[in-house]
Amino acid sequence: MTAYSNVISLAAGGMLLAAVLIVWRRELRAMVRLLAWQGTAVAAVPLAEGVHHRDGALVAVGVAVLILRSVLLPLLMGRALRLAPARDRESTPLINTTASLLVVAMLTALAFAVSQPLIALESTAATRAVPAAFAAVLIAVFVMVSRRRAISQAVGFLMLDNGIAATAFLLTAGVPLIVELGASLDVLFAAVVLGVLTGRLHRGFGGTDLDQLRALRDR
Amino acid sequence: MIVLLLVPLLAPLSAAALTAALGWRRVTAWAGVLAALAVLGSGIVLATRIGDHSHVVAGHLLRADGLSVVMLLVIGTVGALSCWASIGYLDTELAHGHITPPRAQLYGVLVALFLAAMSLAVQANNLGVMWVAIEATTIVTAFLVGHRGTKAALEATWKYVIICSVGIAFAFLGTVLLYFAGEHAGVPSGRALDFDTLFAHATQLDPAVARLAAGLLLIGYGAKAGLAPLHTWLADAHSQAPAPVSALMSGVLLSVAFSALLRVKAVLDITLGPAYLRTGLLVIGLLTLLVAASLLVAQRDVKRMLAYSSMENMGLLAVAAAAGTRLAITALLLHVLAHGVAKTLLFLCAGQLQSAHNSTSFADVTAVLARSRTLATAFAVGVVALLGLPPFALFASELSIGRGLTRAHLGWALGIALLVMLVAFAALAVNTSRMLLGTPAAGAPAIALPATITGALVVGIVACLALGVTAGPLTHLFGTAATVLGGT
Repeated sequence: MTAYSNVISLAAGGMLLAAVLIVWRRELRAMVRLLAWQGTAVAAVPLAEGVHHRDGALVAVGVAVLILRSVLLPLLMGRALRLAPARDRESTPLINTTASLLVVAMLTALAFAVSQPLIALESTAATRAVPAAFAAVLIAVFVMVSRRRAISQAVGFLMLDNGIAATAFLLTAGVPLIVELGASLDVLFAAVVLGVLTGRLHRGFGGTDLDQLRALRDR
Repeated sequence: MIVLLLVPLLAPLSAAALTAALGWRRVTAWAGVLAALAVLGSGIVLATRIGDHSHVVAGHLLRADGLSVVMLLVIGTVGALSCWASIGYLDTELAHGHITPPRAQLYGVLVALFLAAMSLAVQANNLGVMWVAIEATTIVTAFLVGHRGTKAALEATWKYVIICSVGIAFAFLGTVLLYFAGEHAGVPSGRALDFDTLFAHATQLDPAVARLAAGLLLIGYGAKAGLAPLHTWLADAHSQAPAPVSALMSGVLLSVAFSALLRVKAVLDITLGPAYLRTGLLVIGLLTLLVAASLLVAQRDVKRMLAYSSMENMGLLAVAAAAGTRLAITALLLHVLAHGVAKTLLFLCAGQLQSAHNSTSFADVTAVLARSRTLATAFAVGVVALLGLPPFALFASELSIGRGLTRAHLGWALGIALLVMLVAFAALAVNTSRMLLGTPAAGAPAIALPATITGALVVGIVACLALGVTAGPLTHLFGTAATVLGGT
C-alpha cells in the first residue's frame, strides 16, 4: 500500500519537476530530454495502478504509454530539432528565467486551488496527486505562450498532453480502452504533423522564430 | 439498421483508400463526390425512419438521433458540393503547375478522411469517441490548410494546428473530469462516457466537478467552433485553405464542433441547471459576435470577410443555444444547414475569383458581374441568403432565434446581437456590392468557371432557394433533435 502511494506521489512530483525544469532550461535539446522524463513519470502511474490492482490490461496500457510518451514523441521532436540550424537550438523565452519561475510558482498554487473539488469528491493517494498534473498542464500553456521557437511550442503542447494523460490515469483507471487508443493515436499524429511543419517552417522562413509569422493579419 | 450508421463512415473511407491506391483521376474524384452523396443519402433514410422516436439506433459506440441526422444532412450536402467543385479546382491548379499530381492525390485522400471523421464525430455515442473524431479533423485538415504550400499557408497551418489542438486538449480534460464524476455516480466504468448513460445519471454527478468540466468543454469545443477567445486561427486558416476546403471547414466543421457543445450542454444542464452554461454561452457568443463584426467592418479580403461572417454566425448560434428553448434549438439547426449551404456557395465563388486574380483583396477583385454573370449571381445569392433576407432560410431561422430569445427572457442579449449583426450586415452588403458592380478596368483577367464548379454553384443556388421555400419537411426532424437536446 505505502509502496504504491509512494510511486504515485513520486510520479506526480517527477512530472511537475520536469515541467519546472523545462521552464528553467533554455536549450531545446534539454527540453526534449526532459519531455521524455516527464513521459516516463506519466507512464509510471498506470503501471503502478495496474500492479497494485492486479490489472493486466492497465499494465499493458502503461507499457504502451511508456513507449509513446518517453520514446516515440521525444524521438519525433528530437528529429525535428536536428533538422533545424544551430542558432535555432535555444528557445529564446520572452520572459526572463527568474520571472518565469515566479509565474510557475503562481500557476502551481492556482492548480492546487482549482483541483480542490476533485479531492473533495474522492480523497485517495492518486487524486491527491492530481494538482501536480494540473500544474503541469498550466505550466505547459505558459511555455507555449512564452517561447518563440516552433519546436518549443510543440514541446509545450506535448507537455500539456502529458499533464492531461496523467490526470486521466490519476483520477480514473484510465478512460475506456478505445478512447485511450484513439487519443494516443491522435497525439502521435499531431506530433508528426508538428514535426513536418517545423521542417517546412524552417525551409520557408529560414528559421523557426515564430515572430516571423505575421503575414496574416487584418490591416 | 446499424448498416445505415456505417455507410457515412465506410463510404468516405473507401473513397480515401481508392484515391490512395489509384492517385487523383476522374474515377477517384467522382468516388469522393459519391461518398459525400452516400453520407447525405443515409442521412435522408435515417430521417425518414426516425419518426417520433428520440433516436433510431443507439449502439455501444454509434448512435443516430435527431441531431446526428441533421448533421449528416449538412455534411452530405456541403461535402458533395465541395467534392464536386474540387474536381475543377484541382484541374486548374494542376494545369497552372501550382501543385504536383502527388499533392492532388493527398488532397483527395485527406478530404475523404475529413468527411469520415466528421461523420464519426456526429454519430458517436460516446463522449470520448466524439472527442477523438473531432481531434482527427484537425489532423487531417492540417495539410489541407497548407495545401498551396506558400509561406502564408504555412503560417496559417501552424496557428491552426497549435490553437485547435490546445483548445481540444482542454475539452479532453473536461471529458476526463466528467468520466471521473460519472464513475463516482455509480456508473459502470466502461459506459460512463456513453451519452445515454450520462443522461440517465446526470442528476447524480458531482456539481463542483461538473462545473469544472463544463468550463473546460466550453472553451475547448468553442475553440474548434471558432468562438472567442480562441478564434484567432479561423480567418487565417479559412483564407489560406483551398476554396472547397474552406467551404467544408466553414460550412460544416465549425457546426460539427458546435454540435459537440450542444450534446455536452444537454447533459450538464441537468446536473448544473441551465443558468451556468447559459451565462458562459451568452458571454462567449456575444463576445464572438462583437469581435467578428468589428473585423468585418475594416475587411479588405474576400475570403477573410467570409471567415469572419462564419464566426459571426457561430456567435449567434451560441446565443441561441444559451436560450435553450425548443424553438431556439429548432431555429439553430435550420440556421446551421442554411448557413452551411450559403457559405459553401460563397467560398466556391471566392476560390474562382482567387484563381483568376491571384489575389483575394477587394482592391484587385472588382466588377465581377460584368465578367461572369454566373459567378456574380451565385455570389449575390449566397450573400443575400447570408444577410438573412427572405425568401432564404436564414430569414426564418434568425426570426425564430429572436423569438426564442425573447421567450427565454433574454431580450437584452437579442438587442445587443441585433445591433452587432446590423453592423456586420452593412459591412457585408457594402463590400459585396463594391466587388460585384462597376465596369471592369482594361486588362482585367477573365474569370474561368470549369463545368464541375458551375454545376456545384447551380445546385447550391437551387438548394439555398429550396431550403428557404420549403423547409417544412425538415421541421419535424429539427423538433426531434431539439427534444434530444433537452429543449422544452
